[in-house]
Amino acid sequence: MHELGISRNIVAIVSDAAKGRRVRRVTLEIGKLSGVMTDAILFCFDVAAHGTVLDGATLEIREIEGRARCMTCGAEFAVPTFLTACACGSRRLTHLAGEELNIKTMELEEVA
Amino acid sequence: MSAPGAGKTTLLERTIRDMKTGASLFVLEGDQATANDGERIRAAGAAVVQINTGTGCHLDADMVARGLLELNPSANSVVVVENVGNLVCPALFDLGERRRIVILSTTEGDDKPLKYPHMFRAADLMLVNKIDLLPYVEFDVSRATANALSVNPDISVLGVSARTGEGLDAWYAWLRQEKSAACEAAAV
Repeated sequence: MHELGISRNIVAIVSDAAKGRRVRRVTLEIGKLSGVMTDAILFCFDVAAHGTVLDGATLEIREIEGRARCMTCGAEFAVPTFLTACACGSRRLTHLAGEELNIKTMELEEVA
Repeated sequence: MSAPGAGKTTLLERTIRDMKTGASLFVLEGDQATANDGERIRAAGAAVVQINTGTGCHLDADMVARGLLELNPSANSVVVVENVGNLVCPALFDLGERRRIVILSTTEGDDKPLKYPHMFRAADLMLVNKIDLLPYVEFDVSRATANALSVNPDISVLGVSARTGEGLDAWYAWLRQEKSAACEAAAV
């Protein structure tokens, strides 16, 4: 539901950085625990980009798996959900990855 | 933050009246529509700015920034942001808060922390509200607490009734302590 708003924010941030130049490609990193749905962003992006310097730009999304370090035993492991506990039984985790929403790169059209 | 009807506004009204916060507590009130809650907060005695999100399901940082400019809170005061009633989207948006509080009321299920893990993971404090209704509902406070701790081992839990006043002293003590910690941190 909020992916349209997030897509508009992404378009606004990239437009600012592009300073009037046309944007060909944008790469995002979205963590699988971020709560942001990749499919919904892909669906909303073209609508949000319409009529801006991002109109027609390709959107590439890299999904990032959840990872955490156990604060009890120090083990590092994959966390597919927030309910995942460490093999040692501890739930005290430092989340290392999986909650990202980053605009990673943008490609601009070269002005001759 | 909470689901609709969990008692966010009622708890705030009571807090403003009981703590006699006067000019030391300000409120940003988020709802999709109507100024009803803003008027309730104003009647309780706090300065308030009502933010209507229209179709939006949550407040975002831009809305809060605009609301704060209008609210213009004084130094060393507390600003409470009451989000749109929703256990999903408000968890995902950083509004610049120092602490986040989720209210779970006993008329909801005690498995809500497992169903909405993002929300309970994002919160520092869970207030279990409407504990005066415990004899009439199938809500187990210890199970709700265990469920919240399973998604967030650092969450604090307090049981309250905004209607009868039970448990509110501990909530007021938490609020005072957080306020003095924030003022100390700001003074450094």
